[in-house]
Amino acid sequence: METRHVGRPVTRNEDPRLLTGRALFVDDVELPGLLHAAFLRSPHGHADILGIDTAAAKARPGVVAVITAEDLGEYWQPGPLLVPPPPIPGMTFRQRCQVPLARGVVRHLGEPVAMVVAESRYVAEDAVGDIVVDYAPKPVVGGLEGAVAPGAPRVHDDLPDNIAAEVVQRKGDYAAARARAAHVVRRRFLYDRGASIPMETRGIVASWDAKADRLTVWDTTQAPVVIRNGLAAMLGLSERQVRVVAPFIGGGFGPKMMMFYPEEVLVPWIALRLERPVKWIEDRLEHFVATTHERSQIHEAEIALDADGRILGVRDDFLMDTGAYNPYGLTVPLNSQCTLLNCYDVPAYESRFRAIYTNRTLVTPYRGAGRQHGIFVMERLLDAAAREIGLDRVEIRRRNLIPPGAFPYRNEVIYQDFAPLTYDSGNYGPILDKALKAIGAEGFAQEKAAARAEGRHLGLGVVCYVEGTGIGPYEGAKVRVQSSGKVTLATGIGTQGQGHFTAFAQVVAEQLGVDVRDVEVTTGDTDQFDWGVGTFASRGAVVAGAASHEAAKAVRAKILKAAAEHFECAEADLEIADGKVAIAGVPEKHVTLGTLARMANPLRGAVKPGTEPGLEATSYFGPEMGATAAGVHAMVIEIDPDTLRLDILRYVVVHDCGTVLNPLILAGQIQGGVAQGIGNAFFEQLAWTEEGQLLNASLADYLIPTALDVPRMELLHTVTPSPLNPLGTKGAGEGGAIPVGALFAQAIEDALDLPARGIEITEIPLSPSRLWEIVHGGD
Amino acid sequence: MTQRIPVAVTVNGTTHRREVEPRLLLSDFIRHELGLTGTHVGCEHGVCGACTIRLDGAAVRSCLIFAVQADGHAISTVEGLAPERGRLSVLQQAFQDAHGLQCGYCTPGILMTVSAFLEDNPQPSEAEVRHALSGNLCRCTGYQHIVDAVLLAAQRLREAG
Repeated sequence: METRHVGRPVTRNEDPRLLTGRALFVDDVELPGLLHAAFLRSPHGHADILGIDTAAAKARPGVVAVITAEDLGEYWQPGPLLVPPPPIPGMTFRQRCQVPLARGVVRHLGEPVAMVVAESRYVAEDAVGDIVVDYAPKPVVGGLEGAVAPGAPRVHDDLPDNIAAEVVQRKGDYAAARARAAHVVRRRFLYDRGASIPMETRGIVASWDAKADRLTVWDTTQAPVVIRNGLAAMLGLSERQVRVVAPFIGGGFGPKMMMFYPEEVLVPWIALRLERPVKWIEDRLEHFVATTHERSQIHEAEIALDADGRILGVRDDFLMDTGAYNPYGLTVPLNSQCTLLNCYDVPAYESRFRAIYTNRTLVTPYRGAGRQHGIFVMERLLDAAAREIGLDRVEIRRRNLIPPGAFPYRNEVIYQDFAPLTYDSGNYGPILDKALKAIGAEGFAQEKAAARAEGRHLGLGVVCYVEGTGIGPYEGAKVRVQSSGKVTLATGIGTQGQGHFTAFAQVVAEQLGVDVRDVEVTTGDTDQFDWGVGTFASRGAVVAGAASHEAAKAVRAKILKAAAEHFECAEADLEIADGKVAIAGVPEKHVTLGTLARMANPLRGAVKPGTEPGLEATSYFGPEMGATAAGVHAMVIEIDPDTLRLDILRYVVVHDCGTVLNPLILAGQIQGGVAQGIGNAFFEQLAWTEEGQLLNASLADYLIPTALDVPRMELLHTVTPSPLNPLGTKGAGEGGAIPVGALFAQAIEDALDLPARGIEITEIPLSPSRLWEIVHGGD
Repeated sequence: MTQRIPVAVTVNGTTHRREVEPRLLLSDFIRHELGLTGTHVGCEHGVCGACTIRLDGAAVRSCLIFAVQADGHAISTVEGLAPERGRLSVLQQAFQDAHGLQCGYCTPGILMTVSAFLEDNPQPSEAEVRHALSGNLCRCTGYQHIVDAVLLAAQRLREAG
């Protein structure tokens, strides 16, 4: 394939709008007569609601409506199950979905109890303060192990216990593998809660146009088409009557994929009832308790190896905190369960997880979406095993890498896309080699010794990971040549900063011989394209990218056919370039794409039967399964042994995500992922009390990395194309974030020589103070 | 009824007169009274820096000031950076060239912080750039391309004299 555009570091089409303040975000939507909503939220982790008095709120001037669960009538329904569990034999799944407004009981801090709609947000907030709720606090289900202890309080009274799901998956015969193992290493691992913290909080604006009989909703969602379909069903409207626009979104990272949030159910409903537009924008305090979290898991894992350090099998049993409700099904724990196998040839695997209801904010995927837990467990087990066997930590990894001839490699266990986990392609050894070279692993022992002689503590970390990406079911794209000669592309996925306006334009420009700047991309507007699933699981470039490619190819065929008729020549004699079709070798014989587009849409005259107007095509792409990317992160740190302040001296990422559409955008995705990984590993932890209160619900207390905390990174690539899609791409959205916890743990152990002191790091997140406790034997 | 106080604020060279509640945040005034929605709000407690504007030249957080406090002052926002419609300033162009933004939500605040910073320090080191950026949170980029963009802009501004 000739590549004039695909693979080049094209700067982004969307940037001028974003840089000049002209990009539309949800809170930028202003409409005549706009009302503003605010929510009264539970101040308790768990409580019965004995009564709600809204009289004072309703009496406040400027207040238009005060809504509680009782006012919703039949509209009050637990939210739909977004992701049903895949059919895994013998599993237990107990669905309890979130409700629009709490009725009788609140099950987590921040759960909405009442909605106020007023002439301004300021008045709405005043009125929220006027509402009096009589709560009777109940015992709170907090920690995971407490939640499954006998006699534990229950989050849902109608369930026998707090188990939301239990799944066992097996590959091979672990018991037999263990029986013949020379070494068995067993550890307990903890990975605690964090939050995604996009810089834009959630928000929604809904406007009912009675004359057009249509509802328009602007929503910070990652899945506008699915929101449109769901809202139409809930509100008793046809899908045609609902337009959902996900305009520019200020970061998503997974939690904006969750649906339906209570506010998404309520704001359109009240706008329809009042026949006035209503806006709700989440504030940052609300975001900390009302937007979904991720991460809490406790693993009991063991690895069985032969005398040479080859993996014979792995067994894992983990608990996962799913929060108070589980609308997202099993996506996160299945990702953990499957990704644990990593890039290694593991012949036997036995894994059980139990997802546990707690009185905490809901858990749904956040960048990595459970994959980092699995990687953390496997990488930490290998480090411990290497020490026990007396092998170098890199060598134990190298011995166990899936060999390049073994692809497609079948892991058998069912993945989040409902298919048996199969790695489509990969070549892992060169990734490891490249990373070791770039980080200077060979000379590191000397470097470390020299630094130690000066009293400085350096540590090296090297960890491997895989990233399941680009899952189905499908996305679509519509490509059209405008009569101006410019090209439009519409797709149904939303965009939150991934560069879709540029990467997809490159794919289309490649086929149609136009400038990337002349391809105008629309995403996330159901009036422009109304089939699609959403932006998650690192699938945009893979699935929507492939659909864009297919649609552009179809339009290219139409262009050539039309031009061949125009010139009365063979299609093979034509060339498309620079927005024109010319007869090869006769450049003066050319016609512009705009002219062809006009000719393809005649106002008079006869056309051939069966002819479609215009130069337009719509295509869909659905991969049979996800594509598996892989990589290695390596890092050299310096740590102060007294204060445990940590500085990253060098950071190397070697990544293989198949064909690269745009290396500039890819670098940004990886760097941003690493930054979130660093936050997850060393800065960010949601601090809950036993009463279910969140102690650090502000950006002053929950610290995300700043420009002083994220190092300059060296990015290197290898390319193993995926056979699953026509471009050979794999996703890259999450890889940066996935291995960082394991990397920190290993590098810190190395810098402080912890294993020699009988100390191992088996938990994430760390912080200087937590590290001090670990190093000094505290708990 | 709620008390309203007259304010006159010059934004990007245009003077706006309004009567506002004393509790109205300057960020809300700029966004919702004046319709200049390029200034974004990320936390409303002064940490994230998304709402950064320039008040009499100084980069400040508009969520920590009431509109009435801006009475008689001159403000500039992201909408005032470009020399004309359809063209980008040197700083804006450097952000596009270095891929210094992804979702773009924090970007206006960062541009305002940096535009003030580069006037004070036209030849910054990378460490100085990172320090200057440390009061603006970005969750997408990992900052590396932002740092590159600022250094690129500084170089181009110096070359342009």
